[in-house]
This record gives sequence, structure tokens and C-alpha cells, in this order.
Amino acid sequence: MSTTELQVQATDAQELIHLLPSPFTNTQPAPELLTQGAEALVYKTHFLTPAQPAILKFRPSKAYRHPTLDARLTKQRVLAEARVLVKLSAPDVRDAGVHVPGVLALEWDVARKVKNTGAEVERYRKEAQGAVSGAWILMEFVEGSSVKDLLRGVDGYVKGRAGSGNAVNAEEMVVIEQEVKGLLRRIGRAVGALHSKGGVVHGDLTSSNVMVRPYRKDHGLVNGDGDAHGEAEEDRCPNLSGDVVLIDFGLATQSTQDEDRAVDLYVLERAFGSTHPKQEGWFDAEVLKHQDGYKGSFKGSNVVVKRLEEVRMRGRKRSMIG
Amino acid sequence: MVEKIQIAHIPDDLPIYVACYKDVQNASFLKQQLLAGNQVYNYAFVDATTILSRQHLLAAAFRALNDHIHDRLKSNNVHSEIVVCLSSNNNIGDAFRRFGIQDSTKDLVIVKVGLSPEFASESVEGHLKDAIEGTPVPFDDAFLRQTCDLDKLRKTYKLGKPQQGKTVMNGNGGHATDERSDIEVQVLGLMALRGAT
Repeated sequence: MSTTELQVQATDAQELIHLLPSPFTNTQPAPELLTQGAEALVYKTHFLTPAQPAILKFRPSKAYRHPTLDARLTKQRVLAEARVLVKLSAPDVRDAGVHVPGVLALEWDVARKVKNTGAEVERYRKEAQGAVSGAWILMEFVEGSSVKDLLRGVDGYVKGRAGSGNAVNAEEMVVIEQEVKGLLRRIGRAVGALHSKGGVVHGDLTSSNVMVRPYRKDHGLVNGDGDAHGEAEEDRCPNLSGDVVLIDFGLATQSTQDEDRAVDLYVLERAFGSTHPKQEGWFDAEVLKHQDGYKGSFKGSNVVVKRLEEVRMRGRKRSMIG
Repeated sequence: MVEKIQIAHIPDDLPIYVACYKDVQNASFLKQQLLAGNQVYNYAFVDATTILSRQHLLAAAFRALNDHIHDRLKSNNVHSEIVVCLSSNNNIGDAFRRFGIQDSTKDLVIVKVGLSPEFASESVEGHLKDAIEGTPVPFDDAFLRQTCDLDKLRKTYKLGKPQQGKTVMNGNGGHATDERSDIEVQVLGLMALRGAT
């Protein structure tokens, strides 16, 4: 790595520290920024000890909004997400096939009522001044990789083999296709369980918001070694086995309406089609209509799939206003 | 047997000291001291039957310390706040009845926050040795596994009944999980959500 690169990284790191809420300005080692969305910054950090990885999702307050409105909106969103995650982490929901990261800690109010400041606290207050205000959720870190990366890994593997003159033969191809189809069904089943047992619609289902977490080794269910998992190495096909874990419930709502469920599927279908054109043709048969997919996951699934056809015709928005 | 713990994200000058005792004989005396507001007994005395794991207690301590740093304690001081933070509702008295020391308490977890630098494991240990009539044990999951009353905990946090003898294997080899880790993830979530409206 060249020196200029190192310098760039160093300044980046310094800037990022300024975008952390208190108390994470104290954190050693500093949280590492993973992604950034329109509303939130996502860091990898740890919980009570550095050995316990965790995800910090931070919604900074927005300077262009009126402070009172900003505090209220940020609070509502962060709390909605946390409530959904806590609701879905109940064992009966998990046993139905919904896996989500658990909530570890939470901060919802930018300007939570503060008592008259004592001198002792003033000391920490000053230290915290570099921090940005906002709301945050600290949640469990999910091992493994996103479905997006896994499917890209599969494509890369097939392509790489073809390029190196050792193309995947028909037999191997069938095996790979079966693996991928199996994963798609598991996704359908997980979404079905989320809708029925969880009573929640995700609101932003995409292949990067669905993760596959390898089974833990102590259960003896990992075939081969887990480190091949999800890496886009071209000499090995990614291992697709594991629990399907849904992440990013920032747009989730608690709803049991067929319309909302159908829209949820529609969003996934569209996102999936544009991210994975090669596998797009399998989506309907595997994720939705397969007995091990969405369709077989709960009693009312037929109605939802039927409703989806309507949604496809007109798009995501029901009314033409707003 | 006092363990000094530095919770991540909390400034270095706010360590906590945790000790555990079993077969405590003078629980009612300790409770009296708390009620009387005796500053010498300014500790968080937690009934060990309500603590699931190290993580459970330390998560409460994390929230209490974080609220302390930001000067928004709900209760009197950071020690009582640790007990409050174990609860899933905002009622302070209720939290003390459920998680705090009772006259009948035999197993005890004690937390002291190192608010000023003169605290050290030795000084805390010295005082506790005189104050607690009981057998010191290490603060670890093995001890808490023995003492924790899962049914009571489930009732306290209003969790559903466990599905007896039904290990659900869903489709592609989902694995049986530990009942305690199931409870823990829910309990931590409920503790974090306390006070949200």
C-alpha cells in the first residue's frame, strides 16, 4: 500500500470519528464505517467487550430540519425499528424461520431531558462535544454475507471457470443451480414467516438486506470450512448453506394486510431482477410459488401472491396521489 | 473476589467493580441500609436469582453508566440506576422489588461504580468483607446459571412460555438453540426499549 493511500485512509478515519454519537467517541478501537444510507451510518463496533462484535446504526440529526421536528422523526424511526427487531427476536417467531439481529442497546432522543448539570458530569459533557447528536441502535453482528454477494460470487465462479478453460460442465451446473434455487426458496420461506408469524412487512427487501449466516461449527452442520463463505473467490463456489437472516428494518411496519405484504414481495422482485438478471427467471417459481418458498410458508400466502399480480400491473403505489 | 470491569465505550475513569456472594445471611440489614440512604452502603445490590448472565447485568450497567454520563438518571444515583436499568418498565419501586435485594435474598450480585479514582478492587473488597455475611464467589456465568430462576425471569419480563420438548427443525437443518440465549436476546431488547414512548 502506498503512503498516499495510507494518508487518505488516516484522514478518512479522522473525519468519521466526528460522525459518531456519544459515547462511541470513547470507543477503542474506533468503530469502522461499513455503509452509509440516506438516513443512517452503519458501523461495525463491539458491545460490552471488544471480543463481542456489534453493529451500530446511527441516524445523525439533520441540520436542515427544525430541531423539534428532527428529534421527533429520528426518534420515531429508530424506535419503530427497535420494536420490530425485539418483536421478531421472540423464539416462536425465530422457530418459524425468521432470523434477525437482536437489539443490544438503544438511544432514541437527541435532546433527552437533562437534569441540572453537575460539575462532575460537565467533565464528560466536554469530552462528548466532538460527538454528533442523533439516535442509534446497537445490534448483534450477523456473520456471513449478503445474498447479493453470494449470488455475485456464484456468477463470478462460473464465469471464472469458463475463462480459465475449465468451464463448469452440465452436471456441476445442475448442482450449482439446485443450491441457488434452494437458497431462493429459503428466502421465500423466511419472508413468509416474517409476514405471517412476525406480523411485519420489511419495506425494503433487497438481496443485500438478506444475509446468509453459516451454521455455527459447534453444531456440526457446516460442510467444508466456513471461510469460503461468500467470498468472491473465483476458484471456489460460495457455500450457500446457513440461516437466512433479514436485516435493515428501518422501513419496516407492523402490518398484516395482504396489500402491504404483496408490495413487500413486489419490492423484492424488482430489486432482485435488477441486481441478479441471471437468476431473475427463477424468482417467481422458487421464491414465490414453490411449496418450500413463500407459498408454502403460511395459509394466506395464495391471496398475497394473487394480490402481487395486481401490484405488478400498477406499481408499488396504490393511489395516484402523493 | 471483586472483579474490576471496564465496559466498552465508557470512559476509562468509570470502571465498575462486581462481586458475588452466596448464602448471604444479612440481606435484611443490607436492605435497611439502602432504605436509610446510608452512603457507606452505596452499592447496587442485585438479587442473583434475577440475573441471567454476565451480559445481562453488564448491559444494564452499560445503560446506567451511559445515562450517568449524559446526566439523565431516572433514580437517585448511578447505583440505583443499575437496578432500574434491569427492568423493562419505568417504575423504580417495581424495579427494586423485582431485581433489588430482598430480606429473603441468599445470592447476591454487588456492583460498585468507580466514581472517584481512590476506589480500587482492594478497598471495595475490604469493605464488602466486613459488610456482607456470605461466601464470595466469582462473577461468572456458571454461578448465575445455578442461581438464576428462569421461570421468574420469564414472568418478570412478560415473556411467553417455552415450547416444551419441541425442537423445531425448520427445513434446511435449523439448529436447536439454548433457551438462555433465547431469553437473553429478548431481555436485552426489552431493557434497551425501557422508557421509550
